[in-house]
Formats: sequence, structure tokens, C-alpha cells
Amino acid sequence: MKILVTVKRIPDPDESLKFAGGGLDTSSSKWVPNAFDEYAVETALRLAEVAGKRDRLAEVIVMSICPAKQRQHVTQFLAMGADRGVVVDADDSELDTIAVSKAIAAVAKSEGVDLTIVGKLSQDNEGNQVAQRVAGLLNVPQAGFAATVKWDKNAGTLDVGREVDDGVEHKLVPLPAVVSVDLRVVLPTSIKNGVTADSHKYQEGPRLASLRGITMAKRKKVKVLKLSDIGVSSAGSEQVVAVAPPPARPSGQIVGSVEELHEKLAKEAKVL
Amino acid sequence: MSKVLVILETAGGKLRSSSLPGITCGQQIAAKAGAELHLLVLGADTSAAAEVASAGYNAAAVHTLTNAALEPFTAEAWADAIVHATRSIGATIIGGTASSTLRSALPRAAAVLDAPVASEVVAIKSGDTFTRPVSSGRALVDVKLSGAVIGFTARGTEFEAPATGGSPAVNALPDGAFDTRGAKVISLEKTESARPALSEARVVVSGGRGMREGANFKILEQLTDLLGGALGASRAATDAGMVPADLQVGQTGKIVAPELYIAVAISGAIQHLAGMKGSKTIVAINKDEEAPIFQVADYGLVAKWEDAVPRLIELIQSSAS
Ligand SMILES: Cc1cc2nc3c(=O)[nH]c(=O)nc-3n(C[C@H](O)[C@H](O)[C@H](O)COP(=O)(O)OP(=O)(O)OC[C@H]3O[C@@H](n4cnc5c(N)ncnc54)[C@H](O)[C@@H]3O)c2cc1C
Ligand SMILES: Nc1ncnc2c1ncn2[C@@H]1O[C@H](COP(=O)(O)O)[C@@H](O)[C@H]1O
Repeated sequence: MKILVTVKRIPDPDESLKFAGGGLDTSSSKWVPNAFDEYAVETALRLAEVAGKRDRLAEVIVMSICPAKQRQHVTQFLAMGADRGVVVDADDSELDTIAVSKAIAAVAKSEGVDLTIVGKLSQDNEGNQVAQRVAGLLNVPQAGFAATVKWDKNAGTLDVGREVDDGVEHKLVPLPAVVSVDLRVVLPTSIKNGVTADSHKYQEGPRLASLRGITMAKRKKVKVLKLSDIGVSSAGSEQVVAVAPPPARPSGQIVGSVEELHEKLAKEAKVL
Repeated sequence: MSKVLVILETAGGKLRSSSLPGITCGQQIAAKAGAELHLLVLGADTSAAAEVASAGYNAAAVHTLTNAALEPFTAEAWADAIVHATRSIGATIIGGTASSTLRSALPRAAAVLDAPVASEVVAIKSGDTFTRPVSSGRALVDVKLSGAVIGFTARGTEFEAPATGGSPAVNALPDGAFDTRGAKVISLEKTESARPALSEARVVVSGGRGMREGANFKILEQLTDLLGGALGASRAATDAGMVPADLQVGQTGKIVAPELYIAVAISGAIQHLAGMKGSKTIVAINKDEEAPIFQVADYGLVAKWEDAVPRLIELIQSSAS
């Protein structure tokens, strides 16, 4: 079993945005991994490993489309436990959602992966599109917004609990498939691989890299490709013509008591 | 003339109200692009097309694709159907409301059509340039899409109910091959609630980690029901299992914009604000005066919920009687 996990670097979402020249200025941003991709790697590792043992049920490959020199996030995920990396060297200006999706589909195909795990959303672009597109390009089934994943190796299927607007849907998908992961996939019992006891409780959230992991990461292989190597031409379908902060809310007031709050809601805001 | 195709969702032979903002957005794009509006009803039962046609929505036609493989919903079969409909109608702009259904199926269909899609559109600049929020709603981007086909999903809170009118014909499209690629929907556990849907409620009362446990949400439910509202929560509260996951408000949960939003024991992380900043009046009740939620609140009360919420309920009850 081969699992491909897509990982993106984003400007640190805890820093405030800088607006300049009709765009966002990220020249001094700190770059960090997209949180949903940390969850995606954690999902892959929980599927691949047998808790408490050295055995591995799958190889975990992390891939990113980013400038080859700016791949600290890939190294971080190798330190977390992924086996090897693929970097498609491209500048952000060459990328749009179509190019990113085609690059991922091309690598999934050439690597012959059984499962591609993608974050539900990039925290900067908020497209929520890539997983669905990759599944469409590969013509394989998809299960998006996963909160739980249960792998049945004999049947070659995943039972995915998907968070949809009005509840939770369970979808059974045969492999190869594409899964996108949502927040709750990193709760302690969200992932079951059929070998680690179903009752096993993982630590909540994505794991931190161990010291040993960090040392090992330096020795792990990272293949660097160009967009042209995998037959993807660069972007052109999305052009940002303006960026602006949203209109500010008028400043509010602190009220001194519940009585005052009630009075203002009834008489001033007229919402009661 | 170019054609805008809006994909609708129906249930029990009726149009789902969540599809209405997608129609409004489609109408606005059609107006700016000088295009015709076309509507698509797809499923095993497309009888809702009659109701859609009688409302008209100033559409040129209401198309149906009736096929058993389209129910229950799967992104795989729906994407096949969307591609098929787009090609049969000759649509150049396709989209609908940003529901979990269309967010699953539309990008998949768009990949096959090699079409770019603007997600969670909040305003229309021109026939191909749409405004959408990024980075937890901290910036608004105008993005111009180019392609033989382009797509959009409309953020539900940002578009009023669509204009009705006209008398479009109902047109059954030729059937196609729609396939789930071996995927099967095993179950759908719906959160049953007598309350209005979060995204449509006039009032939303949300609780956060400071509620400490699920049982404490009873008091918020009481306040919610008194105001005829919907119950919401922060990620910390949903992750902890205090309330079901589909009550989460925020960047990755529901986007709400009620008349009145009451945030109780919620700190106001940017990902939470991204889901409720569009509310008309925001009330925050938090024991920590430094909590960032107070920066977006119209009325902030520094207090413990244990003291504030029961008293607020009392005051509302006594002024009502
Ligand atoms: C990728 C990503 C996506 C996310 N998406 C979302 C999202 O969609 N929605 C969302 O909500 N979050 C989201 N988050 C999480 C978000 O960053 C915060 O962690 C979360 O919103 C915090 O929830 P909270 O305010 O309930 O908890 P906390 O931040 O812990 O705040 C609890 C508050 O309760 C107050 N309090 C405690 N006791 C009392 C009392 N007795 N009375 C009154 N006040 C009290 C405290 O003062 C505190 O301000 C996301 C995070 C990430 C990384
Ligand atoms: N440049 C990239 N490199 C690798 N993965 C990416 C890249 N851009 C997006 N993705 C993946 O696609 C997911 C969804 O992105 P989006 O559709 O932009 O919200 C992210 O969580 C990533 O897993």
C-alpha cells in the first residue's frame, strides 16, 4: 500500500495580513505548514503504523508543489514520520488550483499510489477544491471532509465518516481513492487501520516530530521534479485583480450588567 | 448568447431553500455577463422542477436529469451529471450554493471540464470576476476566471432570496452514464432538531469551551428556544463532543449571518470569527475582558455564563409576559 499526502506551505495564519499595492505582501511572512495537511499526514501515519510496533502497513509519501528551496515543511513532515518526499518545483505565481491538481494527479499516477490524502482546505486560499479535482482527474472515488476513516484491508475499502451540512455520512470507497480530511480526523479514535486495536487512543492532534525523527528526516529521500517533467503547464485560469480588507465593523460597547445588555438589545438594537 | 447553469438541490419533490442563494448569484452573473440563466434539477425524482418552473426565477429553462444513480448523492455520479448537463446545454458558467453537496461535486466536474472555480463567492464584479474571502475572511479577493467553462459556489449568507418571474419550460435532458465508481453511501446520520437551520436562523446562540461540558448547553438551548433561534458552537466545544459537529460555526463549519449572534464562553479565534462576523448584532459573554471576541461584539458583557445567562433568560421572559 502506498499513500500520497499533499502538503502546502502557507503564510503563518496567526500573523496579521499586510496589504500593499493592491495585493497581499507576504515577503516578510513566516511560512508554516497548512494545518489540514498536518492532519492529513497524521491520518496517513495512523493508517500506516501498528501502534507500539515497528511494522508498517503502508509507505507514506508527502508531496508539495513549492519552490524547491523552500521546502522546510516537507522536511518537517518527514521528521514527523513520512517515509519520503516529492517536491514539484514551482513558484506560487506559476500555480493555480488547476495546475496544482494536475500536478498531484500526475504524481499519484506515476507513483501508482493506492490512496491520496489531501487537506480539506488551504487556510490561505480556502479553495476546498483540490481533493475533488484530483479524484476527478484520476477518475477514482472520493470521500471528502473526513472525520473518521476505517480501513478494511481484505476488502480493499475505506469507510469514511464525512461531515456534511446536516450530519455525518458514511461512505464506503474502494481503493484507489482520494480522501480529504477535516478537523476531527485527529481526535484520539478517528482512525482505524484494522491491525492496531480499534480501542487504541492516539494523542489528540497531529504528533510532534521526535528528536530521532528530526535526525532521520535529513536522510530521507526527496525527489525534485519540474512542472514540465510531469506534463503540467503553468497557471493562467485565475487572475487576482484586487485584494482588500473586509469592511470594518463599527466598534461596539462593553455593558456593565445583564440588565443593561437586555435593555440595549430590546431598545437600541431592537433584536429581542 | 452565453449560458449560466445553476445546479439545484431538492428533497421530497421540493426545492431546498439552501439552493436559493445560488440562484440569486446565478441571476447576478447572468445580468453582468449578458447571459441566459438555466436551472438544473437532478436526482432519482426531479418532480421539483415543476415548482421551480412556476417560480420562474427569470430563467430561460429548467432542465432535469432523472436517473436512479443520482440518489443517494455521491460526488462521483453528480459530477458525471453536471459534466453531461454542461455539455448538453452548452453552459459556459456553472455553479450553485456552496453546500457540502456542491462543494463535493462541482470541483470534481470542473476538473473534467478543465474549468476554474471561485469558491464561496460573496459578490459579483462582472461576468467573470467574482469576490471571495480568503485567510479566514481577513481579506476579500476579486478573482477573474478564464476558461471555456468557469464555475462558482455562492456563499449562502451573502445573497438575498432570488427574484421570481418568467415562465421557463421544463426540459428533460437526454440521459447519460452516471456512475459512483464503486463508492456506496452506507448511512447518513442526520442531527435531528426542531430548531431552524443554523444558516437560516434569525438568532444564533453559540457556546464554547468555557461551557465545560455538554450538559451545560441546556441553559443555552433554553435561551435559543426562547428566541426561536439555532444553537451553534465553537470548534473546541464540538471537538470535545459537547454538541454535534455540525453545530460548529467558523471557517470550517457553518457560515452564519443572523440578526443576532450571541457568543457565550467563546474566545473569538479568527477561524470562529470567519463564520459569524457577518452577523448584524453580535453579543459576547465572556469572563475574560481580554478575549478577542469583544473586538467584534456590538455588546460585550464581562461575566461568567453561570451568572449572566440565567439572568438574561429571566429578563427576556419577564419582558415578554
Ligand atoms: C485549521 C483550523 C480550523 C479551525 N476552524 C474553526 C472553526 O471553524 N470554528 C471554530 O470555532 N474554531 C475553529 N478553529 C479553532 C480555533 O482556532 C479555536 O481554537 C477555537 O475557536 C476555540 O474555541 P473556544 O473559543 O470555545 O475555546 P477557547 O479559546 O478555549 O475559549 C474559551 C473561552 O471561554 C471563556 N470562559 C471560560 N469559562 C467561562 C465562564 N464560566 N463564563 C464565561 N466565559 C468563560 C474563556 O475566557 C475563553 O475566552 C480552527 C482551528 C484551526 C487550526
Ligand atoms: N501547492 C500545493 N502543494 C501541495 N498540496 C497543495 C498545494 N496547494 C493545495 N494543496 C492541497 O490541497 C488542499 C486543499 O487546497 P485548496 O483547494 O486550495 O483549499 C490543501 O490542504 C493541500 O493538501
